[in-house]
Amino acid sequence: MSNPETVTQVSVRIDGDEVVVAAGATVLDACSAHGVDTPTICYAENLTPVNACRVCVVEVDGNRTLVPSCSRPAEDGMVISTDSERVRHSRRMVLEFLGSTTDLSQAPEINAWSDEYGADATRYVEGGETISEPVKVQDDLYIRDYDKCVLCYKCVDACGEEAQFTFAIAMSGRGMGNRISTEFDVTLPDSACVYCGNCIGVCPTNALQFKTEFDLRAAGEWRQDEQTVTRTVCSYCGVGCNLELHVQDNRIVKVTSPADHEVTHGHLCVKGRFGWQYV
Amino acid sequence: MADLHLTVDDSTEAERAAVAAVLDDDATVVVHETDRLVRGGMARRKARRNLLLPALHALQAETGWISPGGLNHVCGVLQVPPAEAYGVATFYELFRTDDPGHDESVVHVCMDTSCHIAGAEAFAQSLEADGKRVHRGPCLGQCERAPAQFVQGRGEPDHVPADASTIDAPGSYRVPQHGSADLRLLQRVGVVDPTSLASYREHGGYAATEKALAIGPDAVIAEIRAAGLTGRGGAAFPTAIKWRGVADEHASRKHVIANCDESEPGTFKDRVVMEQDPFAVVEGLTLAGLTVGAEQGWIYIRGEYPLATARLAGAVEQARTAGLLGDDVMGSGKRFDIEIRRGAGAYICGEETALMESIEGYRGEPRNKPPFPSTHGLFGDPTVINNPETLLNASFIVLSGADAYRFAGTEKSPGTRLFCLSGHVAQPGVYEVPMGTTLGELIETAGGATGTTKAILMGGAAGGFVGPDQLDLRLTAEDTAAAGTTLGSGVVTLFDDTVDFTALVIRIAEFFRNESCGQCVPCRVGTTRQHEVLVEMRARGSLSDERNLLIDDMASAMADASICGLGHTAAGAVRSAIQLGLIGARS
Repeated sequence: MSNPETVTQVSVRIDGDEVVVAAGATVLDACSAHGVDTPTICYAENLTPVNACRVCVVEVDGNRTLVPSCSRPAEDGMVISTDSERVRHSRRMVLEFLGSTTDLSQAPEINAWSDEYGADATRYVEGGETISEPVKVQDDLYIRDYDKCVLCYKCVDACGEEAQFTFAIAMSGRGMGNRISTEFDVTLPDSACVYCGNCIGVCPTNALQFKTEFDLRAAGEWRQDEQTVTRTVCSYCGVGCNLELHVQDNRIVKVTSPADHEVTHGHLCVKGRFGWQYV
Repeated sequence: MADLHLTVDDSTEAERAAVAAVLDDDATVVVHETDRLVRGGMARRKARRNLLLPALHALQAETGWISPGGLNHVCGVLQVPPAEAYGVATFYELFRTDDPGHDESVVHVCMDTSCHIAGAEAFAQSLEADGKRVHRGPCLGQCERAPAQFVQGRGEPDHVPADASTIDAPGSYRVPQHGSADLRLLQRVGVVDPTSLASYREHGGYAATEKALAIGPDAVIAEIRAAGLTGRGGAAFPTAIKWRGVADEHASRKHVIANCDESEPGTFKDRVVMEQDPFAVVEGLTLAGLTVGAEQGWIYIRGEYPLATARLAGAVEQARTAGLLGDDVMGSGKRFDIEIRRGAGAYICGEETALMESIEGYRGEPRNKPPFPSTHGLFGDPTVINNPETLLNASFIVLSGADAYRFAGTEKSPGTRLFCLSGHVAQPGVYEVPMGTTLGELIETAGGATGTTKAILMGGAAGGFVGPDQLDLRLTAEDTAAAGTTLGSGVVTLFDDTVDFTALVIRIAEFFRNESCGQCVPCRVGTTRQHEVLVEMRARGSLSDERNLLIDDMASAMADASICGLGHTAAGAVRSAIQLGLIGARS
């Protein structure tokens, strides 16, 4: 055994090929480095993995169960299978389970994986439990449509210690009763929310979306393929946050920030996210 | 309070007093308006977060629910964001966050396995007819006296009516094998006064700890290794490896935890030990702490065990007064003390990392492993966590030696084992038999089956059914594994041929659906869909090939891709019932 403190690289075997990655890299990092496409839902590059969705599982020799690739550190000598029958089966079932529970109509990436893995969300008992709640429209900035929520924890973490330190929302309930919620489900204006919109930025299913987008979709006027995205620097203060202005019909319809940007890591404040009416 | 947004709801004087009673003066985080949490309070706030669960218990007991004002008060005192505290409060069965609208006690009635076949629903209805407030819920760990009830008190303490006799006459409890010279773990049950340290010491108490201090930690662990002791909570992990691992960790703090959150349907062995021999659990935990170099011990006990909680609290108090806990344990110069934490109704908190999250004041959601508790446990510190029965075995091994321990049992499964017999058996109760005893012999020890046995549930809801053709099965880890079943936490529940297995298995599936924490997709959705398929099966009368395939597909995904053991085992009983033809067969 080599001294862990001197190890800077680890070598793993992925689907038969040797892959060398830096020590500290995850199995997912190793898979990406090797060009293996891995589905992920609760993972985001700007958040610490919570490994809750389990769609990124892989088979690692010597482990009784499958392993979440997003959080498991790659170890020297690991033998990893990313496309075995067991892996494909669990991924398919996770996608089926989500499809049977959640409105994924605005999650094209997840739908593409569902097709790829042959997920059939219709084979479950008719009338099975789903979230089934009215859309929460409580202000002019953003809406929460929890029928679309996959309970991935990303918004909770972005609101909390991973970015904003506001702690306005948390997981509540238990089991299928789990909901992202404020205390006693009070409205966002009554909660600790500061409207940074970082929860929207990390949501994988559009359960959280700009009110502008929600209204345009309701009117049948949301045309994503016609939108342009313009990158600029926020003009409010001197931090230098980069903004991506999504424009349709010469109007800003939403604002994001690149997750890999060294200043924002994808996160903004209320001014950059929502303060563009003056444009 | 800086950086903490509370709602406008005010707490009442009664709520504030109830919370103050469980928090010491030091617990209140003082953060001035001008402070930033990053400077003034973040670290302190985190250090105090573990007081959230006791504070919520205080609110629930005082007012029957966690009101918005009460939650606000706790959040202000402990500097916990209210959304997070609400998330914790809504996680537990014993807390409610809506106004009950009455001030009466609530009778929890167990609806699971043994109680299910003992007429739990009729019992609940009779209580309701008597004007009682009834909550139908999961296993209460009183399977030997099914149907079971637990009273969550308002204006009276939480209590179990059936405990009255042993409270009136401590030491009067009798296990069925009372007086047998072969008992090791149960030898003091019904013999000592469980409320008296003097009585415990008269019966050999603390001799093991004295010896452990004399021979030192390395010799203790070597003896346990030689004995081949494995964990008795269900996973059967070698105890010596856990202890050695934590003993070898260099850390400023280490912990040892007694996992007294016994919640597996059909399991009640730890309850009997904790109620009737509580000092043995305290001593076992002390011995573990001294051995691995931990100064802090924790007893996490399920909220539905009020008598065991009271007896353990009394034992800790007496041990502390006698110098068996504290800054100088038995004059050794070593420091060790124990804190007791009550759970609040969550099967998942028996999972070791969920239990740690619960102590820390978070939702009882299991952590992904690795890292394991031996390196990253409670508060991130190296931690040993053991079942009480494991701790009692460790004490026995230290005192009597590995050879004496191995005198009972088999080469691969040495020692004795506690079994929880209930259901259609003549004398339900806790039994201690050598490993390797056959299932049939164990049942005969309990007076034999009543009626014609059709199936036996091994290991509880997380285990599986076996047929009556398995009476020759030797009760060892290796034999049960070879037979495709498990010892688990020592559950043996018998069902005769009058049982409606469809209703029983649907209830088992419902149990998992209710108890899944919901963190990971395979378990959250899988346990729900599994239950729905079985309910559909009841309506249709049988399972189609498509439905059988779906059940298998869901089972393998839950077993393979869930975070923790709950999801891994949630389909075991269902599938075994199908395989044995107990449910789903086409007529």
